[in-house]
Amino acid sequence: MNLFSLSWSYVKDKPLNTVLNVLLMSLGIAIILVLLLLNTQLEENLGKNKRGVDLVVGAKGSPLQLILANVYHIDFPTGNIKLDEAKTLTRNRLIKSAIPLALGDNYRGFRIVGTNHDYVKLYSGEAEEGRLWKNNLEVTLGANVAKRLDLKPGDEFFGAHGMSVADLTHEEASYKVVGVLKSGNSVLDNLILTNIESVWAVHDHEEEGEEHEGEHDHETEGEPAYETGFPEGDEDAEITSMLIQFRSPMGAIQLPRMINANTNMQAASPAFETQRLFSLMGIGVNMIKSFAYIIIVIAGLSIFISLYNALKDRKYDLAIMRSLGASRGKLFVHVVLEGILITFLGALLGFVLGHALVEVLAGYYEKSEEVGITGLVFVNQEWIVLLLSIGVGILSALLPALNAYRTDISKVLAQD
Amino acid sequence: MISIDDLHFGYSEQKILSIPQLEVKESDHLLILGKSGSGKTTLLHILGGLLSPKGGKVLIGETDLYGLSGTQRDKYRGQNIGLVFQKAHLITALTVQENLLLAQYLSGTAQDKGRTLEVLKELNLGDKANKKVRKLSQGEQQRVTIARALLNRPRLILADEPTASLDDDNAKIVIDMLKEQAARYKASLIIATHDQRVKDQFELQLNLDTP
Repeated sequence: MNLFSLSWSYVKDKPLNTVLNVLLMSLGIAIILVLLLLNTQLEENLGKNKRGVDLVVGAKGSPLQLILANVYHIDFPTGNIKLDEAKTLTRNRLIKSAIPLALGDNYRGFRIVGTNHDYVKLYSGEAEEGRLWKNNLEVTLGANVAKRLDLKPGDEFFGAHGMSVADLTHEEASYKVVGVLKSGNSVLDNLILTNIESVWAVHDHEEEGEEHEGEHDHETEGEPAYETGFPEGDEDAEITSMLIQFRSPMGAIQLPRMINANTNMQAASPAFETQRLFSLMGIGVNMIKSFAYIIIVIAGLSIFISLYNALKDRKYDLAIMRSLGASRGKLFVHVVLEGILITFLGALLGFVLGHALVEVLAGYYEKSEEVGITGLVFVNQEWIVLLLSIGVGILSALLPALNAYRTDISKVLAQD
Repeated sequence: MISIDDLHFGYSEQKILSIPQLEVKESDHLLILGKSGSGKTTLLHILGGLLSPKGGKVLIGETDLYGLSGTQRDKYRGQNIGLVFQKAHLITALTVQENLLLAQYLSGTAQDKGRTLEVLKELNLGDKANKKVRKLSQGEQQRVTIARALLNRPRLILADEPTASLDDDNAKIVIDMLKEQAARYKASLIIATHDQRVKDQFELQLNLDTP
C-alpha cells in the first residue's frame, strides 16, 4: 500500500466517472495528436522533396499548381513550355543546374516522368534491382510502384495518356522495365522514370495513329540525353517544366522576375509556395486545434467536478487517514495523484487512438502513402502534449487537493 | 501513562471546560460520560491529538502531545494511539486487509501482511481479509476498525461512542473485545460514551455533566 495504489483504488472504485473523464481527455489528446502527426509529417515530407530545388519553371498558371505538379507530383501540370526557350534560359549565368521534366502519362495511376539521371541524384536515389533507364522506352520504377503493381525488370506495359487511371492507353509503344529504385521516402518512390525522348516518342505514335500525319515528328537524333542536360528536339518540342538550382542567392532575386516578365514561362519557388500552402491550411488546422483544446479544458473541468464532488463523500476518509497518521501534505499529494492518474490514462488512450486513427486514415486514402503519412511514428512534440495532459490533471485536482489539505479532522469526525 | 495538566478546552465559545489534573495509568481504563454536546468527543479528540486545546498539556508517557509539530503529531498518533469511532469509518474503495495495510503505511510502520492477518484473526475476521468493506455487516465493520486501531500495538486506545450504533449483543462483544485487546497490548483504554450498557463495566469514570 502506498499513495499511488491508494489513489488508484479510488480511481477504480468509480469506474463510470473514471471512464467518462478518461474518454473526454483521450478525445482531446487524440485530435491534437492527429493534427500534430499529419502536420509534422506533411511538412517534413514536403520539405524533403523540395530539397535542392530552388525554382520551378513551367507554363503560366497557378504557381502553387506548378509546384504541386512538378515537385510533389500530386496536382495536374499547368501546361507545357517550349524546349528551345527552356534551353535558352539555362544558359543564364545565375543557373547552376536545370533538370527537365516531361509529364503527361501514367500507368495505372502512377506518373510516367521523362527526365534525366540528375533527377534521381537530386533525391539520392539508387537502383536496387537492374539499372537506370538508358535507351528509349526503358523505364526505372520507384520502389512503391514496383511493389504495388508487382512489376520487375523485364516486364513491359503500355502507358496511358493523362494523369488518372481511366484515360486512353497508348497501345502502340510499350515501356520496358529495366530497373527498380531503392525506397528513399521521396517522390521517386511513386514515379515511373524514363527519358524525355520516350515520352515524346509515345505521343508521336499516338498522333500518327490518330491523325495519320507525320508533321509532329521529332525523331531523336544521336544519343539520348538520359544522364544529364536536355535532349535534342525540333522547334515544336516541348517539356513540362524544369527544376532549377541557383548558382548564388542572387538568382532568387533576379531570376523569377526576369522569367515571369520576359518569357512565356512562369517561375515559382517551392519554399514560398509550400509556406503559402501551410498558411492556407493553417486556418483549418488552427480551428480544429482550438476545438481539441476546448475538449481538453472540458475534460479538466469534468475531472475537477468529479473530484470536488467525491471529496464531499470522502472527507471522512481523509479525516480517518489523518487520524491514522497521514500528514496534510500526504493527503494533498494523494488527491493530486488521482487527477494525474485520470489524465495520464486519458493521454495514454488518446495516444493510442491518435496514432491508430492516423494509420487507419493513411491506409484508407491511397494518396497519403505517396505523401508519406503513417501513424507509426513518434513525433517529439508528443511529449509536450503528454506533459500538458498531466498539467491539466494537476490543475484540476489542485482545488480539491487544497480542500483535502485543509480538512479539519476533529470537526469532520465529530459530525457522526 | 497518560496525564492531563491544567487543560482548558471548549466545544463552543461560550462553554469552556477545564480539567486541572487527570492521570490514567498503563492498563487502566477510563470512561468519559456525558450527554451529547457535553464535550466528551472534544476531550477525546484533544487526547488523540486531533484538536489543539485552548491551554494546558497532554502527556502520553514522556511525550508532550501539543509540543510536537503538526506532522510529528500525525505520525505519533498513527504509531501510538488507536482510534475507534461511533461509525465504522473505513475506506470503502479498499478491501479489509488493504485498510489495515493503509494504516501501517500512513503511520510509517513497516507493512506486514502477517501482522494484519494476526489482528484480524484475533477479532474473528480472519476469513474477511480480502473482502471489500461494503460487503461486511455493521458489526463486522466496527470490528475491523478495532483491528485497525490495535494494528500498531498502541499505548493508548481511544473509543468514541463505539457501541452507539450497535445492538445489545454486538455492543457487549465490542466492549469485551476492547477490554481484552487493551489488556493484551497493555494499553490504556479511554471510552467516551453516554451508553448506559457500558457504564457499569468500568470503575474509573469522568462525568462531564457534573458542573
